[in-house]
Amino acid sequence: MEKVEKVMVKGTEAIAEAAIRAGCRLYFGYPITPQSELTEYMARRLPEVNGTFLQAESEVAVANMIYGAACTGKRVMTSTSSPGYSLMQEGVSYIAGAELPCVFVNVVRGGPGLGDIQPAQSDYFQATKGGGHGDYKLIVYGPESLQEAVELTVRAFDVADKYRIPVLLLTDGLLGQMMEPVSFPNFKNLNTLPDHSDWALTGTNMQREPHRVTSFDLDPVKLEKMNIQRHEKYKTIVKEEKLFEEYKLNDAEVVLVAYGTMGRIVKSVADSAREKGVKAGVFRPISLWPFPYEELSKYTEQAKFFFTVEMSSGQMVEDVRLAVNGRKPVEFYGRMGGVVPAPGEVLAKLMEII
Amino acid sequence: MAYAERFKTPTSLSGKEFTYCPGCSHGIVHRLIAEVIDELEIQGKTIMVAPVGCSVFAYEFFDVDGTVAAHGRAPAVATGLKRARPDNVVFTYQGDGDLAAIGTAEIIHAANRGERITTIFINNAIYGMTGGQMAPTTLLGMKTTTTPYGRRENIEGYPIHVSEVLKELSGVAFLARTKVITPQDVIKTKKYLKKAFYAQLNNIGFGLVEVLSTCPTNWGLTPIESMKWLEDNMVKEFPLGVYVDKVGNIR
Repeated sequence: MEKVEKVMVKGTEAIAEAAIRAGCRLYFGYPITPQSELTEYMARRLPEVNGTFLQAESEVAVANMIYGAACTGKRVMTSTSSPGYSLMQEGVSYIAGAELPCVFVNVVRGGPGLGDIQPAQSDYFQATKGGGHGDYKLIVYGPESLQEAVELTVRAFDVADKYRIPVLLLTDGLLGQMMEPVSFPNFKNLNTLPDHSDWALTGTNMQREPHRVTSFDLDPVKLEKMNIQRHEKYKTIVKEEKLFEEYKLNDAEVVLVAYGTMGRIVKSVADSAREKGVKAGVFRPISLWPFPYEELSKYTEQAKFFFTVEMSSGQMVEDVRLAVNGRKPVEFYGRMGGVVPAPGEVLAKLMEII
Repeated sequence: MAYAERFKTPTSLSGKEFTYCPGCSHGIVHRLIAEVIDELEIQGKTIMVAPVGCSVFAYEFFDVDGTVAAHGRAPAVATGLKRARPDNVVFTYQGDGDLAAIGTAEIIHAANRGERITTIFINNAIYGMTGGQMAPTTLLGMKTTTTPYGRRENIEGYPIHVSEVLKELSGVAFLARTKVITPQDVIKTKKYLKKAFYAQLNNIGFGLVEVLSTCPTNWGLTPIESMKWLEDNMVKEFPLGVYVDKVGNIR
């Protein structure tokens, strides 16, 4: 049997290495805590694989460089943290409008405004409900561990290519800064990556009609048609691309709902609750868009109540309520400003509700 | 050269009719760019980044691959394109609101990096498509819809001189300010454009040609009056000439 080698690696660097193995050879970035090591890793590593690294003048420029590079059909990415991701929203909207494949990483920190540099989940609305202007969606993944972050990074590039859509890896300062053993996938053969020659900007070589990649049409009827086509694609993604984990839910009467770092923490909360005789389980959305509404809603039959825990004032809880649709109570507990709830604290809150 | 040969539509133009107002300089500049692309035989590898504003459809007028950048971000988009495809020729086409207001950071840093791209900068001292508001290049005393009393230095500040600012940056390989009022201007502008593309093709650095341009519609003048106004007022504020030339003689 093939021995899978595991290496101890830091979160930001694990994502960077995974991206390179997935075929990413272009990175544009701007330093911001707590993800600067990802940028630094790319600066060091990309030249080793004949890749291109560029530190831009701002996150605004980064997003637009990503736009330009993605126009060529190559695998491109950037990473940032909350205030930086806000600055990128202009570009994200254009990229979504022009339907360009690329990968964004937001290592979320406490906000709003300058906030702090501690882990948070307060960018959920921005990540899943828009952020930039216009009717658009990104595929958004929230990993709970470095191994999962690595796998989702590779997947991010694949689904971005498959659907011509920007994909966002929504993680936080805790995952970004922690170290864990990780096994990396093999390097993808760049020659086997999806062919985008039917739309990419590569020069006509006097062999074909010019390609035009834009997000706009001044004719409202035509623009609506563009939007409708995009939303047809989104419907397919909703059908095909939902990811979630169910943990000890078979007999659960209490359904804890959390994602990313918090999803991982509440698993131990569920374990502790079970030791106290409370039948608790965890539903952990991995794709935050598309959100697994139907899959979560089926637990409204057996659950007495749902308990959403987030490192925010309550953002994903709105999606949980949409899934539950008033059939059972949805409780919420959250901490803000970069405070990570401890398992005991969440357990105490859970016992209080019961 | 026979008349028919000299005045045939450049291959690099799509043939689609321009949508610009009578007397606007965009049409002349478009044609010159296309002639230069034809003569350099780079049409098949050229990618253009079209601007916002009146010339937002520029990518439809050129028979090359193209995209449209957000306000001011064309140099960043072009950077991404060029870094991904170094063997392509990438040019941006930008107005003064685009390049000299919202996009100052992007143009300064692309120029300073010596980004191997070519920028055509159209300076008509006003915002065109949004309906004649003040641009960063609006002259002192000039009336626009947002400077109805004329631009005042103590309120709105001074017109910004883009070429003079950029000429200090080491990454710039070719930089000139020109106009397209007379046939002599047109010939000179074409030479500048060629040099700006040469700076990219020969891997020397960043190239930019600033073209002083007319906007009869928003200036409230006839095309002929506009040309005279440009000669009498804009040229005084924005001196013509070559600011940087690391390209040298070209054929």
